[in-house]
Amino acid sequence: MSSFSVTEPSNRTKWFAGTLVILYALITMIPLVWIALTGFKSPADAISYPPKYIIGGESEAGFEPTLEGYVNLFTTRTRQTQEFLHANPPENWADEIVRQYDMVIVGPSKFGQRFLNSVIIGFGSTFLSVFLGTLAAYAFSRFKIPLADDLLFFILSTRMMPPIAVAIPIFLMYRQLGLSDTHLGMILLYTGVNISLAVWLLKSFIDGIPTEYEEAALIDGYTRFQAFYKVVLPQAATGIASTAIFCLIFAWNEYAFAVLLTTANAQTAPPFIPTIIGVGGLDWPAIAAGVTIFLLPVMIFTILLRKHLLRGITFGAVRK
Amino acid sequence: MAEVSLNNVSKAFGATQAVEDITMTIEDGAFVVLLGPTGAGKTTTLRLISGLEKLDSGSVHIEGRDVGQYTPAQRDVAMVFQQYSLYPHLTVRENLAFPLRSPILKTPENVIAKKVQEIAEILQIPHKLDNKATALSGGEMQRVSIGRALVRDPQIYLMDEPLSSLDAKLRADLRVQLKRIQADLGSTLLYVTHDQIEAMTMATHIGVLEDGKLVQYGTPKDIYENPKSVYVASRLGLPRINILPADLFPGSHKGTQIGLRPENILQADASGDGIEAKVLRSEHLGDQIRLHLDVRGHAITTLSDPQQDYTANETIKITPQSPLYFDASGMRVA
Repeated sequence: MSSFSVTEPSNRTKWFAGTLVILYALITMIPLVWIALTGFKSPADAISYPPKYIIGGESEAGFEPTLEGYVNLFTTRTRQTQEFLHANPPENWADEIVRQYDMVIVGPSKFGQRFLNSVIIGFGSTFLSVFLGTLAAYAFSRFKIPLADDLLFFILSTRMMPPIAVAIPIFLMYRQLGLSDTHLGMILLYTGVNISLAVWLLKSFIDGIPTEYEEAALIDGYTRFQAFYKVVLPQAATGIASTAIFCLIFAWNEYAFAVLLTTANAQTAPPFIPTIIGVGGLDWPAIAAGVTIFLLPVMIFTILLRKHLLRGITFGAVRK
Repeated sequence: MAEVSLNNVSKAFGATQAVEDITMTIEDGAFVVLLGPTGAGKTTTLRLISGLEKLDSGSVHIEGRDVGQYTPAQRDVAMVFQQYSLYPHLTVRENLAFPLRSPILKTPENVIAKKVQEIAEILQIPHKLDNKATALSGGEMQRVSIGRALVRDPQIYLMDEPLSSLDAKLRADLRVQLKRIQADLGSTLLYVTHDQIEAMTMATHIGVLEDGKLVQYGTPKDIYENPKSVYVASRLGLPRINILPADLFPGSHKGTQIGLRPENILQADASGDGIEAKVLRSEHLGDQIRLHLDVRGHAITTLSDPQQDYTANETIKITPQSPLYFDASGMRVA
């Protein structure tokens, strides 16, 4: 490498950029790491001062990791008399943990079911948004649609108002239609909010794919729809992956509508986690455990799709 | 392979009349070249035959059937695009196999493997078969895109300047190959080009387009020797035909403009017959010499044999031979 290069940044620039990125990563990671650690602390360690942040060890800042928070998150427990506890020895390791507070596990908590609701509603609405969004975006991008610009503006305009502003009409509508507290209702609602984002994002991606590929496929003996999924979809993978991530993040994190529209049946994790606070004092480790588990699906989903996000745009076999 | 005929075909894009009232029959087994400058309607004609564009009026028949309502797939045509249009997410092998795997052809995999290998060897790209289509040079991409058409046995091959971005040697090789394949298989081929050597060497028929209209259709010899207009005459021949006022030359004339092919100008020494011309420049091309002459303010290009070496500012005599006459509007009169 020459001592001076226009395209290659200097070593000093690289060091500076690297340091900045690491600093930024640390700052954004600290809360997450703190939450994950708290999930493995006892309630006493969770609120101790000075704080404890080293797993194990004898030092001032060390704490003994425990699954107490996770046990409390997934179970319901009752306090029992000493006689009862002596007569019934602990059945498993989880039971053993709660015995130290003179409690026994009487059954699962609702967290598992709420988490499953989140998965069904989050991924269901993400799939539906991306599926419909891709088809609509393709149509807007390729076909002459009467009033296409106005329709696109209309679709965008559904985003101009904070969704919660229409909470009350939606609440009344859903009660009338029997969609309140159902998975289908929540999937439709989140899809309705996400679809505008999906159409606009995907349209710009599909616009970037030259129509020559589809024409070549049409000539090569394929129908329009076959050309779409054999030639356009693979090239739109980057756009579809990023759109799916955006849609999932919204549907997964949504709190206000979930509080308003779901109760016993279709309640998602976000409105459930705070209810842990109300049950038997501030059980920070259980809340932290719930938040940690809640974070995982979006993280895993994003990591799985990272290949498509980073693959870059492979256009280039069409001469301009 | 089949006969393809266009009957009074027209197509406009907005206010632009891209193709106007074209009637033409491409006979079974013919190699037809469309000539014309950019914007003359060559590519649009191909797209109308392939079904990528809908006709405004007229009809297209393939093997006697009106294909107006057929999709491109149903028309069974193969096309080489000017922008190679290789599928970027597929390898070269997958690109070549793509048309064979279509729901219309459903070729067995062992046949596909054989055909792909064959075509790759003809196009000199067998070592690139497992490369991504995007990892090729421009010339290689163009060869793959020709290959994607040649693996098929369609009613007609449509090719839009398929050799335009190849280097001179490869272009000459492929020109011979294409012509050989076409002659061997008896394929029907409609070919768009700017390159008159391609047109003259490969075509059985040439169609000359001007502003969306087919102005002349015939064999290369016919088009070269009997052009209907100045426009057609200028499309073929290198150096280009000299178009001059007829009265530059003595004698009676049948038109106001005279067209002289460079090879149809007889030269003689200053003491010989003919009208006077001043040599401006002489270019040695090895097998011939190009002479740039000035005759009373009109530039004329002609060819002389390599032995006859004129120098600049020398005065010579020239005599026209087998002149073509055109009227003031450029139409051929004799």
